[in-house]
Amino acid sequence: MQTRTVELAVGLFVVGGLLALAMLALKVGNMPVLGSGQYYTVSAQFGNVGSLKEKAPVMLAGVKIGQVGHIGINRNTFEAVVTLEILKKYDNLPVDTSAAILTQGLLGEQFVSLDPGGSQRYLKNGDKIRITQSAIMLDKIISQLLYSKAGH
Amino acid sequence: MDQDRGVVGHIRRVGRYTLDGVARLGRAVVFFARLVPGFSVVVTRLSLVVQQIYMTGVLTLVIVVVSGAFVGMILALQGYNTLVRYDAQSSLGLLVALSLVRELGPVLTALLFAGRAGSALTAEIGLMKATEQLAGMEMMAVDPLKRVVAPRFLAGWVAVPLLAAIFSAVGILAAYVVAVSDLGLDGGVFWAQMQSGVSVTNDIMGGAIKSVVFGLVISWIAVFEGYDARPTSEGVSRATTRTVVSSSLAVLGLDFIMTAFMLRGL
Repeated sequence: MQTRTVELAVGLFVVGGLLALAMLALKVGNMPVLGSGQYYTVSAQFGNVGSLKEKAPVMLAGVKIGQVGHIGINRNTFEAVVTLEILKKYDNLPVDTSAAILTQGLLGEQFVSLDPGGSQRYLKNGDKIRITQSAIMLDKIISQLLYSKAGH
Repeated sequence: MDQDRGVVGHIRRVGRYTLDGVARLGRAVVFFARLVPGFSVVVTRLSLVVQQIYMTGVLTLVIVVVSGAFVGMILALQGYNTLVRYDAQSSLGLLVALSLVRELGPVLTALLFAGRAGSALTAEIGLMKATEQLAGMEMMAVDPLKRVVAPRFLAGWVAVPLLAAIFSAVGILAAYVVAVSDLGLDGGVFWAQMQSGVSVTNDIMGGAIKSVVFGLVISWIAVFEGYDARPTSEGVSRATTRTVVSSSLAVLGLDFIMTAFMLRGL
């Protein structure tokens, strides 16, 4: 086998392997590295986040505009603190925007839905969303319904 | 031997095998330490490494691509069959991608590589030793570890992660073809579900780390067994068998350990 042919074959092999890796990263995964600079973060406190997970979508009017960054607990109020990473191009959300945790379909994934208010001032990086609505716990509602039925 | 009869003989034998095994492990570690200075071959004679990447990587490509395609298609059919019972067939892309990227890609590639290229490495080096080519090199003041073993080891180490990435990519594409043309799923949903569920940092990097470790371990076992083989035709044949058996077991064992660490978030 000639050296040149071998070198060509090896070159193609390495390029093919790297292309496969690139495809896995870009097409199969969602490559957060590229987008990390495109977000600004706001936080919101919820009484209960249900089964909301990090990386869950943040929706405005049904369109994805960001994702859930971190979910933690406020040590003073014992409420859940959710950081929302919102794409920089949507930087004109009013400060009185409200956030709610909703469910896609009846038993689907949970996501954060934003409902813009009417203020002229806009949310900035690090701001807090004051008006929130916790996740609806289906089993809680069912048990409340059963108890109220039993009461009658 | 007379000493090996009876109960005492059995105990002796167990002890001897254990000591042999521990000594072999020690020799393998010492061998690796002696091999490391030979890595400079990448700088001094890159063409040797390129030649070996051709032998181990490029020639293994066919079996990896074909296996990857079949595994992807099988995953699509089996996954669909299960998911459709819960009306969740839209998650098929995610299922296939996660199975391939996290587990099957690295592991199956490693097993195929051990059988296709690892055995060949051992046989080649073992035969060089049996025909006293290695001793001949030493006579000419050429270090066989640097001239023969290091390029083969490095080539194997480089080839496995690349092959694993190709395996996963081909598998996902094959699954896509089956899902869209045969099972009638929507192509856009297939990719969208996949992208929403596969994380680059956890899943893809995790799979890549696994295949790098597998490449290191298989190449190490293969060149060590060849170098350590008894210089007879029987010795070479035994060494080749041992390479395939030990590297397959090592891959599966390490895979369990790494998966346990990764799923617990380290």
